[in-house]
Amino acid sequence: MGSVGKIILQRLALGALTLVIVSFVIFAAVNALPGDFAAAILGQGATEEAKTAIRADIGLDRPFFERYFTWLGSILTGDLGVSYAQMMFATNLGGDQLISITDQIGPRFFNTMFLAGLTAVIAVPLSLTIGVLAALYRGSVFDRVANVTTLSSISAPEFFLAYVLILFLAVINPLFPVIALPEDGMSLIERARITMLPALTLTLVVTAHMMRMTRAAILNLLASPYIEMARLKGVSPMRVIVVHALPNALAPIINVIALNLAYLITGVVVVEVVFVYPGIGQLFVDAVKNRDIPMVQVCCLIFAAAYILLNLTADVMSILSNPRLRHPK
Amino acid sequence: MSDQLVKIRGLKIEGRSDETWNPIINGVDLDLNKGEVLGLIGESGAGKSTMGLAAMGFTRDGCRISGGSVEFDGIDLVNAPAAVKRGLLGKRIAYVAQSAAASFNPAHKLIDQHTEAPTQHSVQSKAESEKDGIELYRRLRLPDPDNIGFRYPHQVSGGQLQRAMTAMAMSCRPDLIIFDEPTTALDVTTQIEVLASIRDIVEQFNTAAIYITHDLAVVAQMADKIKVLLKGDEVEEADTRTMLSAPKQEYTKSLWAVRSFQRPQKPAVNVGATPVVSVQNVTAAYGTVPVLFDVSFDIHAGRTVAVVGESGSGKSTTARCITGLLPPKQGHIEFDGQVLPLDYRQRDKNQLRQAQMIYQMADTALNPRKTIGELIGRPVQFYSGKTGAEKRKRVDELLEQIELEPTQYFNRLPSELSGGQKQRIGIARALAAEPKFIICDEVTSALDQLVAEGILKLLADLQDKLGLSYMFITHDLATVRAISDEVVVMKDGKVVEQGPKDQMFQPPHHPYTDLLLSSVPEMDPDWLTTLLKERGVDNIGDAAVDKMA
Repeated sequence: MGSVGKIILQRLALGALTLVIVSFVIFAAVNALPGDFAAAILGQGATEEAKTAIRADIGLDRPFFERYFTWLGSILTGDLGVSYAQMMFATNLGGDQLISITDQIGPRFFNTMFLAGLTAVIAVPLSLTIGVLAALYRGSVFDRVANVTTLSSISAPEFFLAYVLILFLAVINPLFPVIALPEDGMSLIERARITMLPALTLTLVVTAHMMRMTRAAILNLLASPYIEMARLKGVSPMRVIVVHALPNALAPIINVIALNLAYLITGVVVVEVVFVYPGIGQLFVDAVKNRDIPMVQVCCLIFAAAYILLNLTADVMSILSNPRLRHPK
Repeated sequence: MSDQLVKIRGLKIEGRSDETWNPIINGVDLDLNKGEVLGLIGESGAGKSTMGLAAMGFTRDGCRISGGSVEFDGIDLVNAPAAVKRGLLGKRIAYVAQSAAASFNPAHKLIDQHTEAPTQHSVQSKAESEKDGIELYRRLRLPDPDNIGFRYPHQVSGGQLQRAMTAMAMSCRPDLIIFDEPTTALDVTTQIEVLASIRDIVEQFNTAAIYITHDLAVVAQMADKIKVLLKGDEVEEADTRTMLSAPKQEYTKSLWAVRSFQRPQKPAVNVGATPVVSVQNVTAAYGTVPVLFDVSFDIHAGRTVAVVGESGSGKSTTARCITGLLPPKQGHIEFDGQVLPLDYRQRDKNQLRQAQMIYQMADTALNPRKTIGELIGRPVQFYSGKTGAEKRKRVDELLEQIELEPTQYFNRLPSELSGGQKQRIGIARALAAEPKFIICDEVTSALDQLVAEGILKLLADLQDKLGLSYMFITHDLATVRAISDEVVVMKDGKVVEQGPKDQMFQPPHHPYTDLLLSSVPEMDPDWLTTLLKERGVDNIGDAAVDKMA
């Protein structure tokens, strides 16, 4: 197990390093955005003095690297800062209760993770099952229907899929609410019911990739001598695929699953808007609109961390799925 | 109930390529009685494996049975529903594949793969089958039979895997086992252990078997009767002793005769002559793993030195040191008396030109997208600077030297050539540099015997004409006998013995050379029995370990 432990530690260290580099890229990129917060908030008629005052107020006049390291330092200590919008709100209205980004993002982050989690729980087993069945009955009507359906659902725009689902599952058959607005104190089941329509929409979006990769990875192995051996032992076709092919096809499948899960966390703005779902996506779009730099940075960082963490997990799981590494000579 | 187990009549099989169906087997009959072993032999493309699989009612993807009948114990396998065939496979008919390393599923332990057929066919419970598996491992003389099954395939050596696969085939005590070249991928010393194990267990359980191989000497040890196939047709069939002593057909005779090609030994070189290549005290390692220890030998002008040894003995690594691909840790390489830089990147063009290589797999050594003219033309231009008509003339010359008609082959792609022709292109490409010295790395081991003989003769002719020196890496002692002047025997990265060929094939030998030489199967059907008796069980490799336990 020594070598596996070492590889995992290496990956973790690499992941952390990547995250630091990404944090710098985010910071630099956000800084390079045209326009600034002062101009955005004060409007076109603002005097230069007023703008300078605001910039000085929130520290925008300090040198780039000083700002970066201050920011990085506070992030590492768990202080995500306060959004500009909150700051101005507090200053202008005289309130002294600043809501930190942590408090602002917290519930929305939970919502986003809940939606992604629910979608994953539906989509991953579903696509694996369809993928395995399509590989088993390759060339059959089922295979073709599965391919065409998943491909169409991935090609259609998300909002369209969302409206179609609303039509059938909310309007014609009122099974789920159209507006997915979770409230505090809801039971898990109630919450899942409320979030079901966005989750189903996303399921339609991500299933195609995972299902097609499962099918392809399995078919790729079917010409292997050990698959022929299994067939020549009189093993049933289903068992050949599930017991003999699937364990060896896991690595590419896991990677595609990870990519799609990362998409569920970072790329679901449209679905959030359609269902008025309070996730991070909307918060992020609003923050970019307002040049609310601290908020944009934290959102970006969360997205980057999700990508890195999921890919890291996929890497480690692919490594673990390889018996050569799990059981060295 | 009759004694007949397999009855194949007029079997025709076709394979699909480019939307058309081409015949692979053109109407072959086959009969096999219970407890009988039939040897199926022929060159590659003869349809041996296809025939063997057809006896199980199985065809590979892209193949179909287009005519004739296959009966197993009275059951019509061509028309039987898939479920009926699945009920027989693994239970009454089992298969042992050529490469056990590729045919064991890397994701599961050996014992779990062993117990699969008995449990799936409800012959035994998992626990019973595990116990039986361990017993079979013991009978097949696998080391540590109680625990070896709980390892994964990559944790077990090739020879052991091949025996574990035979055990797996035996798990349901089938009536018939198809052995598809089960020892081809093994070293000679390992091959003996596997052959002996297979023969024992087939006798013990009175199992019928179809033994597929291209090696006549092997089939002579294993089979009661032999059938020879050529391009999907039966050439002849007879019992083993008759077939070996009095083959009727010309083709069979030619197969038998291949082993007789032998070039006379050249006179010894003058004392004090400068060798073309001199390997001096070379020690090398891959990273921190040492692979060569103090290797020294000379190769003289116009001579062939055969470097012999089993896989992992350091033969190819030595070649990599000579070419500079793997700079040695200690020692050096001299060329015509001059010390060569260790790393090929520090050698000049002329030094690079002098030493060329020909590879084992001509298939992978030739760029499939380049025509023959381009493949040979490139080194011509690179080393001699010739272009245009001059280059073309030189390429034509080279093609003539390798006995291929230039106008016919110049514009062809490698995929349009046979295996032997591709290897000839490999030779021409090496010659294009006008080298003094060529390393031939297992150049004939992927070829059929008749084709291999042609390549060896060509290399010998070229040596006489051009005064080339060869370093001939091989594990096949028949090749050594055919072409070499001197022999270097390697084991575990060390040279254990070296000397002129005539001397090497005469006793007394170094014990390891003796083991190698005596392990090469001979055409005598009693060879294996006699050898095993001579060596005693204790001498067949790790069988000894088991006996003591």
